[in-house]
Amino acid sequence: MGAVRVGVVPDLHRATLSNGLRVLLAPDPNTPVVGVAVHVDVGFRSEPEGRTGFAHLFEHLMFQGSESLEKLAHFRHVQGSGGVFNGSTHQDYTDYFEVLPAAALERALFLEADRLRAPKLTAENLRNQVDVVKEEIRLNVLNRPYGGFPWILLPPVLYDTFPNAHNGYGDFTELEQASLDDAAAFFDTYYAPGNAQVTVAGYLGADVDRVLALVEKHFGDIPARPTPIRPSFAEPLPGTERRAVSPDAHAPLPALAVGYRLPDPGAELDAYLGHALLASILGDGEAARLQRRLVHVDGLVTDVSASAGLMGPLDARDPDTFTITAVHPPSVDPDRVLSAVDEELDKLAAAGPDVDELARQVARWSAALHHEDDRVMYRMLGLGARELLYGRAELALELPERLAAVTSEQVREAAAALRGQGRAVLIVEPGTQPTEEQA
Amino acid sequence: MTVTVPTDPAHRTAEEIGRTAAGPRPLPPLGPTREVPLPDVLDVTLANGLRVLVARNPRVPMAELRLRVPFGPDAVATGLAETDDAAVSRHLAAAELLTATLLTGTSSRDRVGIDDELAGVGADLGVGVDPERLQIGGSGLAVGLPTILDVLADVLTDAQHPDAEVLRERERLVERITVARAQPRTIAREALQRKRFGNHPVAREMPTGPDVAAVEPADVRALQAAGLVPGGAILTLVGDLDPHDAVALIEQYLGGWTAPHPARRLTAPPPVAASNLELVSRAGSVQSQLRLSAPALPRLDDRYAALQLANLVFGGYFSSRWMENIREDKGYTYGAHSGTEFVPGGAVLSVETDVASDVTAAALLETRYELGRMTAVPPTADEIDAARRYAVGSLLISLDSQGGFGSTLATLAADDVPVQWLRDHPARLEAVTVEEVGAASREFFAPSAFTGVIVGDAEVVGPGLRALGGVDLP
Repeated sequence: MGAVRVGVVPDLHRATLSNGLRVLLAPDPNTPVVGVAVHVDVGFRSEPEGRTGFAHLFEHLMFQGSESLEKLAHFRHVQGSGGVFNGSTHQDYTDYFEVLPAAALERALFLEADRLRAPKLTAENLRNQVDVVKEEIRLNVLNRPYGGFPWILLPPVLYDTFPNAHNGYGDFTELEQASLDDAAAFFDTYYAPGNAQVTVAGYLGADVDRVLALVEKHFGDIPARPTPIRPSFAEPLPGTERRAVSPDAHAPLPALAVGYRLPDPGAELDAYLGHALLASILGDGEAARLQRRLVHVDGLVTDVSASAGLMGPLDARDPDTFTITAVHPPSVDPDRVLSAVDEELDKLAAAGPDVDELARQVARWSAALHHEDDRVMYRMLGLGARELLYGRAELALELPERLAAVTSEQVREAAAALRGQGRAVLIVEPGTQPTEEQA
Repeated sequence: MTVTVPTDPAHRTAEEIGRTAAGPRPLPPLGPTREVPLPDVLDVTLANGLRVLVARNPRVPMAELRLRVPFGPDAVATGLAETDDAAVSRHLAAAELLTATLLTGTSSRDRVGIDDELAGVGADLGVGVDPERLQIGGSGLAVGLPTILDVLADVLTDAQHPDAEVLRERERLVERITVARAQPRTIAREALQRKRFGNHPVAREMPTGPDVAAVEPADVRALQAAGLVPGGAILTLVGDLDPHDAVALIEQYLGGWTAPHPARRLTAPPPVAASNLELVSRAGSVQSQLRLSAPALPRLDDRYAALQLANLVFGGYFSSRWMENIREDKGYTYGAHSGTEFVPGGAVLSVETDVASDVTAAALLETRYELGRMTAVPPTADEIDAARRYAVGSLLISLDSQGGFGSTLATLAADDVPVQWLRDHPARLEAVTVEEVGAASREFFAPSAFTGVIVGDAEVVGPGLRALGGVDLP
């Protein structure tokens, strides 16, 4: 057998198949449910120029059939086995997953393996899914207020290079130009088994080795291909404030987003976690600094939030974005909002949060992490993403302790770091009608 | 400089990628089913009329809490009747504002104090209201349950709705309503509710800005005293706890929550009547919202399981006829979904999709075709078996978490459905016959049974819909 066990920690088992595919098993004896996820080490940052939105479009194509499965068969087999499925495209990875009654474990492995081995990429399915993706973009961006705010609108203000700055949903004209050959090249390059990882979580029976043997049985004969060299997406920190204005025909109220750079979670995890807790201290709950100041004391904004990570915490490699967003009445000048944000950051950069204030946010984080652990789907996706991005699924399990160890001084340093660098400010103005081509 | 990775120039063709020397492989069979019975549910009613449902699920050291209080327009407080439109508007606006200020202060805690105490035990509470009921939901570390119940009891019995908080939240609520009403899904929902329920309060899910602006702090305090009462309310708790200890704690903290009258239930709306669809114009739309509706069955009806399977085959899951047609074949939409919504005294079927403006008429045509096909070409044994497996499996998955089980218990109890119904439901689904699904398909999916709305840019979609027929234009 080609699988080599490379390490076992409590509740986590790892192996690498001879074709390079990484395997992570996370058994839980107390559930009737099992999940299988495939994480591929390519996200929308890696899509080629002129093909914005291609990583996401390709994710759709992976559901359209494979050598053993006609179009529609994947959905029908998952759901007809009692399961649910989905896939999603992030900055640095794409995931495919299904959660089913434990009886369907081998079937789920088969379904995931078949498309990783030999997806059926056809011109007809490509055209069909370009149409479906365009509807997804109309639904989530073009036909609603604050569509793409801030995840599509803010990066081009904060970043200079194509991978970091461009729209991951894609321009319609570029989606329409996507060809079958683009899809073939993308698959052959990025979907090599050595560039992917299988995570199996939930009820795995009494014998984890039996599950590993099933993974080997279904994925083991995918031929190895060269694994692409992962480029650095690093950019220098912006030295100044950059501003942009974005019209939004559907928005009834103005909004603004502020973007800062986060520390590299791979190299400086504790500094990163300091920023994560800073986001909570600023925005989470009625007692949070920006809620109190902007919403209640000054009455400047309708709602405000802060977040470490454009698509959530610990969901991307470097560089990633710390965001503050607010919706406010037209009578309020955005600069008043920014000044109040700056003052609150300055206070934290001078003194750091109170010890109790910090402890309360750590407690909320711990609870949120337990919440994630409560469902096989979220547990699996959390473990899988952290393993793929940082090589440490354990991070998901260790986070409560690591967050509890973050000091007020570290949060102070995070606030000071935000104040000491340039930033992006995006202002959404209600009114002007954007055309479809601009979006 | 741009950083891009050139893809391998020597890559295989799409055709080469899609086949291997070994050829297609057989689908593995399903393995043995693993039975994990649902936990026992302790079900008691306290002396104050509060019904309590508690179950132990120790997967994570958390507790999930749901409180549902029937919250229909309150005759006791204001003497209003449900037929009095202006009074219903006042009630709904005050109710919405009450949810925004419930956690902003008691005699002993202010807004920040309430949040600090909850955060200290990793807890969050959220408050929401609809025409039928007020809900408080949240979770926290199980060891913090006494703190959570203490705060909950405090706001239920002693929320002050301070003037300054009410006035600030009133302002924010008006702004939030403005934002919400800009969302096409909200516009479509409001139009659909009006179309199928007319003036009944169940249709009024969001108050207007002017109605909210007219609410005074005293109105909110009066509504809390009159409406937020324990008789008929249901508290559900699922988590890493001992159910008997938890009930004792609830009794200790919430036993003092009393009122001389029970919570007011909303009356049943009139049955949904078939009609032409109504086109509601939203200028500048690049998509149209199709929202169709017809009568359905409540869970305790003997035909419910058959209707549930018929609905799955039509549009209730991804592998449905309608989704496979308008998304996977035609590319008209990102999503299409049909499902049962429960309302006082019954249930309605909702059939919903968002499609590009230029295919609006075509999507309606396909929708009518698939509805008609349910009656003329009813679901086959294979279609029903797939739907059955999905119904049983997805129920198992949805109950396999503290939050999922807690929410389901709360929802069923609020609709007077016993917990035993949930335990029996998989067997009920297994027993449904092809004939029963066929009968449900003919009765509930006949195109002539439907009403509904389409929201879109009338200038763009109007001519096509007029030509197709069955749609009233503005």
